[in-house]
Amino acid sequence: MADRAWLRWPVARQLTGPDKLGRGAATRSRRTDSIAPRIRGADRVVKSVCPYCAVGCAQQVYVRDEQVIQIEGDPDSPVSRGRLCPKGSASLQLTTGAAREYRVRYRRPFGTDWEDLDLEAAMDMIADRVIESRRKGWQQEVDGKPVRRTLGFASLGGATLDNEENYLIKKLFTALGAIQIENQARI
Amino acid sequence: MSLDPAARSGYADHPPRMGFFTDTSVCIGCKACEVACKEWNGVPEDGLELTGMSYDNTQSLGASTWRHVAFIEQIDHPGQPRWLMASDVCKHCTEAGCLDVCPTGALLRTEFGTVVVQDDVCNGCGNCVAACPFGVIGRRETDGGAHKCTLCYDRIGDGLTPACAKACPTESIQFGPLDELRDRAQARLETLHEAGVAGAQLYGEDPGNGIGGAGAFFLLLDEPEVYGLPPDPVVTTRDLPRMWRHVASAAAALAAAALISGLGGRA
Amino acid sequence: MAEAHPVGFQWVMEAKQRGATVIHVDPRFTRTSAHADVYVPIRAGADIAFVGGIINYVLQHDRYFRDYVLAYTNASAVLSEDFADTEDLDGVFSGLDRELRMYDMETWRYQRSEVRAAAGDRTPLRDRFTPQQLRQVRRAARGEAHGSGGGAVDPVHDADETLQHPRCVFQVLKRHFARYTPELVAEVAGVPEETFLRVCELVTANSGRDRTTTFVYSLGWTQHTVGVQYIRTAAILQSLLGNMGRPGGGILALRGHASIQGSTDIPTLFDLLPGYLPMPHAYGNEDLDTYVAAESLSKGFWADTRNYMVSLLKAWWGDTATAGNDFCYAYLPRLTGSHSTYETVLSQLSGVCTGYFLLGQNPAVGSANARMQRMGMASLDWLVVRDFSMIESATWWRDGPEIETEQMRTEDIKTEVFFLPAAAHTEKNGSFTNTQRMLQWHHAAVEPAGDARSDLWFAYHLGRRIRQKLAASSAETDRDRPVLDLTWDYPVRGPLAEPDAEAVLAEVSGWGADRTPLSSYTELNDDGSTSCGCWIYCGVYAGGVNQAARRTPGGTQDWVAADWGWAWPANRRVLYNRASADPDGRPWSDRKALVWWDQATRRWTGHDVPDFIADRPPDYRPAADARGTEAISGTDAFIMQGDGKAWLFAPAGLVDGPLPVHYEPQESPFSNVLHGQQHNPVREVLTHPLNLYQPSGDEPGSEVFPYVATTYRLTEHHTAGGMSRFLPYLAELQPAFFCEVSPELAAERGLEHAGWATIVTARSAIEARVLVTRRIQPLRMRGRVVHQVGLPWHWGPNGLTTGDAANELVHLALDPNVYIQEDKALACDIRPGRRPRGPALLDLVREYRQRAAITLKTGTDT
Repeated sequence: MADRAWLRWPVARQLTGPDKLGRGAATRSRRTDSIAPRIRGADRVVKSVCPYCAVGCAQQVYVRDEQVIQIEGDPDSPVSRGRLCPKGSASLQLTTGAAREYRVRYRRPFGTDWEDLDLEAAMDMIADRVIESRRKGWQQEVDGKPVRRTLGFASLGGATLDNEENYLIKKLFTALGAIQIENQARI
Repeated sequence: MSLDPAARSGYADHPPRMGFFTDTSVCIGCKACEVACKEWNGVPEDGLELTGMSYDNTQSLGASTWRHVAFIEQIDHPGQPRWLMASDVCKHCTEAGCLDVCPTGALLRTEFGTVVVQDDVCNGCGNCVAACPFGVIGRRETDGGAHKCTLCYDRIGDGLTPACAKACPTESIQFGPLDELRDRAQARLETLHEAGVAGAQLYGEDPGNGIGGAGAFFLLLDEPEVYGLPPDPVVTTRDLPRMWRHVASAAAALAAAALISGLGGRA
Repeated sequence: MAEAHPVGFQWVMEAKQRGATVIHVDPRFTRTSAHADVYVPIRAGADIAFVGGIINYVLQHDRYFRDYVLAYTNASAVLSEDFADTEDLDGVFSGLDRELRMYDMETWRYQRSEVRAAAGDRTPLRDRFTPQQLRQVRRAARGEAHGSGGGAVDPVHDADETLQHPRCVFQVLKRHFARYTPELVAEVAGVPEETFLRVCELVTANSGRDRTTTFVYSLGWTQHTVGVQYIRTAAILQSLLGNMGRPGGGILALRGHASIQGSTDIPTLFDLLPGYLPMPHAYGNEDLDTYVAAESLSKGFWADTRNYMVSLLKAWWGDTATAGNDFCYAYLPRLTGSHSTYETVLSQLSGVCTGYFLLGQNPAVGSANARMQRMGMASLDWLVVRDFSMIESATWWRDGPEIETEQMRTEDIKTEVFFLPAAAHTEKNGSFTNTQRMLQWHHAAVEPAGDARSDLWFAYHLGRRIRQKLAASSAETDRDRPVLDLTWDYPVRGPLAEPDAEAVLAEVSGWGADRTPLSSYTELNDDGSTSCGCWIYCGVYAGGVNQAARRTPGGTQDWVAADWGWAWPANRRVLYNRASADPDGRPWSDRKALVWWDQATRRWTGHDVPDFIADRPPDYRPAADARGTEAISGTDAFIMQGDGKAWLFAPAGLVDGPLPVHYEPQESPFSNVLHGQQHNPVREVLTHPLNLYQPSGDEPGSEVFPYVATTYRLTEHHTAGGMSRFLPYLAELQPAFFCEVSPELAAERGLEHAGWATIVTARSAIEARVLVTRRIQPLRMRGRVVHQVGLPWHWGPNGLTTGDAANELVHLALDPNVYIQEDKALACDIRPGRRPRGPALLDLVREYRQRAAITLKTGTDT
């Protein structure tokens, strides 16, 4: 191979091939010759739905080496026909970009800065906080009527979440007696 | 000179010439094209400046903006107020000045008839920047190289639609064989004229124009100047004898440079 | 629509190319206007006058679809003699109690009917409870319950098929809207008469047997103190024109979050249980029997409320829920009024609510009266924020606006803050319900990195921990039974112990004996033999198959595309589509065929899943004593309604009137030209020093805030910016908060294009870059010029593009039916230059309040 490598030399190709002007075939670099769309090498393509507005545009998520490498519209969708708006088109940056946080952050009462906190520890602390706020805000009766509820804690959010997530949130918090459960649909 | 730029550039058995037809009459100014392009091509953010130019904060094409949506407010337009929107892109000229002046062979005519920059070859000389009659190509400060739309060369080689055209919600950006696009554009133009849209016109498509016809052309609703496009662009290297001399000297320089680097490599 | 839902707008563009006419009504000329055939500028807050004007045009010119109106609406129903209209009482309906800010709706009923009396053997609430207690029930957003249905009415009532009876709905409607003339529309809404008449002509010419017209709206219609009545106005018009339940018709809400429809269906909302079952109230819902008696209807599918409720209780409490213990109904907490997000803020400020979860929500800039939101958060013991990035709701304690104004010092704030990174849609399984009620499943592509987790994981594991802790504790066991007895045994998978989302979907969809998946809500029982987490979603897991994950390519299906995703209920794509056929069951026209009666098979059939009892013939007439679904006649196209009809007049279900009336917004530079009554008398006002209102109309001081402000979205950003301001590719497209003003206003106030302006209300002052544009037109009405200020609401102090939040300006005065705030029509002042920094900002706002003589009472009158 080595002794024929000179044939790849652009000037040689220009002088010996049909691209006399040296603006096409003759000037192609090795990288240009091997160019391929990065999704060609995807391990799998996963069917998804755009997380922004409620049109519900279908997405295809390309994965290689357990990393999302590209997100595009799914042409099969009768809703979106493969198209995406600027926000949907930015889904890759949304999900893999530098703005995402991957660590629990904790601010203690009266603290002036964030601290690190282990996720398991955070979950345990939050469970304790819920139980305590629930107790403090508990109302067994109001004006003699049983209400069996707590005003001690509240929740806001859900419109960006999955149905299954909303279902568990509503189920758990209602069973705990919380009623101040709200989301963007009110807003 | 042949109007088949791929054949002219040494591709004997090549696919049909591919291009964009951007029909600005259905552009809704959403800028999906800008974002989809950047996501696919890894083009960096290009500045966070509010321009005051209607909703156009991208301002122009350049090294880090390969699709640019222009917004023109014409609220006083007779008959009905208008807000024109148009997604601009590299024209992939039949006679491409950038290609002609590149001393390193970094600018390349592909087998699809499109024009791309080979990043691994570009030495950042900037000749191409001055040679483009549309101001499309630019040098990026961070890497020193020249960059512009590739018409998603990597994608179309695999039969995929370029990212901008795929995302476009209203098919304002259409991708396909140039012959087909020209037919489609002509039909659309006639429809608009029949509907009384007098200002509708094709831009860049005519093979007889100063760039030998664009591989990416447009349907505009007003004069090109309104959109910030040159009304009669001419390839900057039209003087052929001079160009030939230039190419010859460039080739010689390239040969010499290659020999030197080759020797260095062996050492 | 082109602005906020560009991909949906492709269908409008396609329709336009096929000959459709597009009309866009908006205070601003937007990207949608740019593609409309007719652009209609309008004063923000005047849409009831505009649409009411079209109703008047239809009635005055006999342009309604008579056969449709007679068959499918309540036009012929005769009202009781006690009813008095706003035309009789200068802007209010009969039954108003100004002291309690509440209507007694008894006089709005059909003649010979009793509101609520038909459903069961029970005493009306009004006879059992005091007016104050009734007001608490009213304040529980009861209007939202029943979703697609209305309140209770007696299906048996007097009617006049000739539509001539002076008290029949048709005649009442005609009188009610008679003053909504083109001249009045111009005077109130600022719409030129010829533009208005052109719209009337286009809409009516495009409605009837062969053609249909659709209305599309978003928050421009909901965020008002009369928001529900805005949509009611469109519902009346569309019913008159015969455009409901038909292809190309309807009133389409474009919703702005991926699953905001789903989060209403399976509600993370205070007033609802899954499937629009009302949350039990302390008054009148004491046990399961009283609940069912109060909340079900005698006719139609809401007659089966008990099936839905018992199946829900079985889904939540499993084997513990038995007939003997009322299926654990007593485990449900009770409402005593409104507990909406805004009352929650008040309860935070008063120290009652001490803990707060924010799950993908950013109220520090995204909720109205943002300062009040942050002050509420600063009063908490603890706050949990789950999001992708460091949004303002997570960081207000260190760099929020109140730190700058010195209203707070970081080291004095007690709130403990937990920020937990959330998993993205690519990292979890689950379904979103889109704006057309269609569930679509998204599959996890990769595992979330670091501490990022799904909210499914968070809710499940938080519940698991709390249950463990409570089970181990000896105290308070009775209080804890509901959570300890909860079915909470979802299988988990993978290294992160992620709960199986399909198992949750299966529970939502429901099962019968041996956990056999159900296929339809008609299979639900009230004896405890069926379990279903959300009755309207019943069947989404039919056959043990995830129907929401179906993806038969659209190109291989017909135009209904029924095999992509799954739409509730029963995979119907157009609600009330029985109305697409005439009373005899034939399509109104071939061109508009959707479903029809097939005499050969004696079944309803068609392109869509018929929204009707499949084998009920058009000529079926119920017996006089028929109940429930048996009482639905072969022509009762509106099967969820208590009388089977589309309501031109709402005899129940709405707390602020049976008909829409134009009222001025809470804050308006204008007095109400139509009536002495300025505002919606029963709008919800929250009296608090952080929520001061401005004088309006003729009141002294209103001239201090002479301009109309309205908020909106831009294509390039998303809601409060948490998913857009932090992304370089979106931030660069709209890199600064700006306001939009006309050249005339710019000249009047000395505003410079691309310079800075300060916008002031009684709540706060914010600064914005100025876009001077002819796209904002001054409107001429009532002999004066009204200027409007446009404010996109996406910004806040964090992220790549930063700016003040428009929500700093917005007050909390709420629609009384659904408790939504009035962002879309405010009054403000605007002045050149940047706002003051530090405490001087508060001084500026204080100075404005003093000039307008604002007190706690200002703007709170009924």
